[in-house]
Amino acid sequence: MESSAQTPSAFGVSPSSRLLASGLGWRRRGVNTMMTVLIAGAFVLAMIPLFSLVFEVAKRGIPGLSLEFFTEDARGVVGGGGASHAIMGTLIITGVASVISVPIGIMAAIYLNEYGTGRLRRALTFFVDVMTGIPSIVAGLFAYALFEIFFGPGIRLGVMGSVALSLLMIPIVIRSAEEVLKIVPNHLREASYALGTPKWKTITKVVLPTAFAGLVTGVMIAIARIVGETAPLLVTTGVVDSMNTDPFNGRMQNLAVYAYNEYRSPGVMKQAAYDKAWAAALTLIAIVMILNVAARLVYRRYKTEIR
Amino acid sequence: MASVDTTTNAGQLLAAASGGRRRLGDRVFSRTAVLAAVTILVLLAGVAIFLLSEGLPAFTASAADLPEGKSFIDYVAPLAFGTVLAAALAALVAVPLAVAVALFITHVAPPRIALTLGYLVDLLAAIPSIIYGLWGIFVLGPKMVPVMKWLEAKLGFLPFFNGPASVTGRTMLVVGLVLAVMILPIVSAVAREAFAQSPRRLQEGAQALGATRWEMIRMTVLPFGKSSVISGAMLGLGRALGETMAVTIILSVSGAVTFNLISQANPSTIAANIALDFPESSGIAINALIATGLVLFAITLVTNMAARWIIARQEGE
Repeated sequence: MESSAQTPSAFGVSPSSRLLASGLGWRRRGVNTMMTVLIAGAFVLAMIPLFSLVFEVAKRGIPGLSLEFFTEDARGVVGGGGASHAIMGTLIITGVASVISVPIGIMAAIYLNEYGTGRLRRALTFFVDVMTGIPSIVAGLFAYALFEIFFGPGIRLGVMGSVALSLLMIPIVIRSAEEVLKIVPNHLREASYALGTPKWKTITKVVLPTAFAGLVTGVMIAIARIVGETAPLLVTTGVVDSMNTDPFNGRMQNLAVYAYNEYRSPGVMKQAAYDKAWAAALTLIAIVMILNVAARLVYRRYKTEIR
Repeated sequence: MASVDTTTNAGQLLAAASGGRRRLGDRVFSRTAVLAAVTILVLLAGVAIFLLSEGLPAFTASAADLPEGKSFIDYVAPLAFGTVLAAALAALVAVPLAVAVALFITHVAPPRIALTLGYLVDLLAAIPSIIYGLWGIFVLGPKMVPVMKWLEAKLGFLPFFNGPASVTGRTMLVVGLVLAVMILPIVSAVAREAFAQSPRRLQEGAQALGATRWEMIRMTVLPFGKSSVISGAMLGLGRALGETMAVTIILSVSGAVTFNLISQANPSTIAANIALDFPESSGIAINALIATGLVLFAITLVTNMAARWIIARQEGE
């Protein structure tokens, strides 16, 4: 590597001999202390938003939480009502997105790691990089454009949101799955081949079980990443006040869009609406945090020791 | 790489030598894997084709039909300006902070707690953008109002702090700060990886020569991680360019093209403009919004490719 070759020149003869001669001068010690304090201070500064955010969401979200929030929808009520339709919608939209993304993502990762050669492999690697950079709102526009061609303008469906989210989820699943497949040692595969096991059975019975905990962790992190998406759903699933459990028929509410909408059009009872927006935010943050922590616990508890 | 090739060959050999049922299983499974790979490529081609076919009418439509009665270029230019301004501001704040955070985790903090600290930073990336938006407008915005008044009074001669300072906090400066928090974990993750890999022998050599910790970092760790920091910054920039909800909620927009960061009149961004206008639009206005989405996609694509190119070049060396 070039950098390692050029760095020694920074320690030219004259500075280092001067360095040895003078010992640790107060100026150098002062600079060192100052930079250490600055670096530690930057870390503290970066943590302030995290703690402020979690604290404020908890403080403002708790007043809006009630049994009603989880059991009622908001159909035809002024000021009151709950978010059960949004919670249900979040589960359905995210669930369908996972059903689309997980098989495609994991099979593509298997392709990249076990089969891929030549041009298709290179193209896939490149375009997965491109996919990770797609802005979420553009994913929403794609789903809209796709469905508009078949169903006409103004179409809003739960499944459109799932398609948009899949576009964001697939690259995350591929990246993490590829990572864990890569660390499955080759001698396991070779041992399996030596026993006369065909390749597909080697993959399904040896490689995938070895990587299982990592795969589950990756999928959970990917779900945590898309469950709070707002922008792509705003343009695909729309806004609705009543419960809808059919992703192929009619608009579907979701927690993030619900929070946005309660903030944006609070109606006459402003504070009640804001309370519900924060309650939805708190619910979302809880889901995301639980998924993240659970993902790490799964990995720590069930990962295969590889020697 | 070589070992993978030998196992592939071994697998093929065995498959060829064994019975027909096995070969069928292998064929089905490998074709499914290829199918998944091809599906993804088709999906991306679909993104390009559908966005183009829905966006193209806006490029050719006459100014009178488009929103605000302007030609498409005049419509998208101020939005593109706002997008780049917000993202650049975010990167300007986030990159130095992210480098310091990465250094803290890899070289300053006690190694025992470093992993936990890294996990805390990663949590920042897990929080949904809608929550950043609510936090920005209800918490950070009001707190920034006196700061912006001070900036106007003391640094008002600079075009950035020209004022009049907003009394609500719905300004470009607050948006930039919130976006900076959002991209910080991305930039710092890339930097952290590079700093952790910087050669130990150089670090130890520096310290053996009597360098202080900061001198060791400045002379060995930072030069080693430089290109990673640059590519991390570009990745963060790409994320900030496409960020939607935080901007939609916080920014008070007027369509003005200005570098003034603390006033109530701000340029909107492409993503925020789509989120605000799309639900109430129909007809050619939808096509115009999709076309602006294409422009946004192009801008983020170029940024991300530049970042990947820097990473690839570095790995090649």
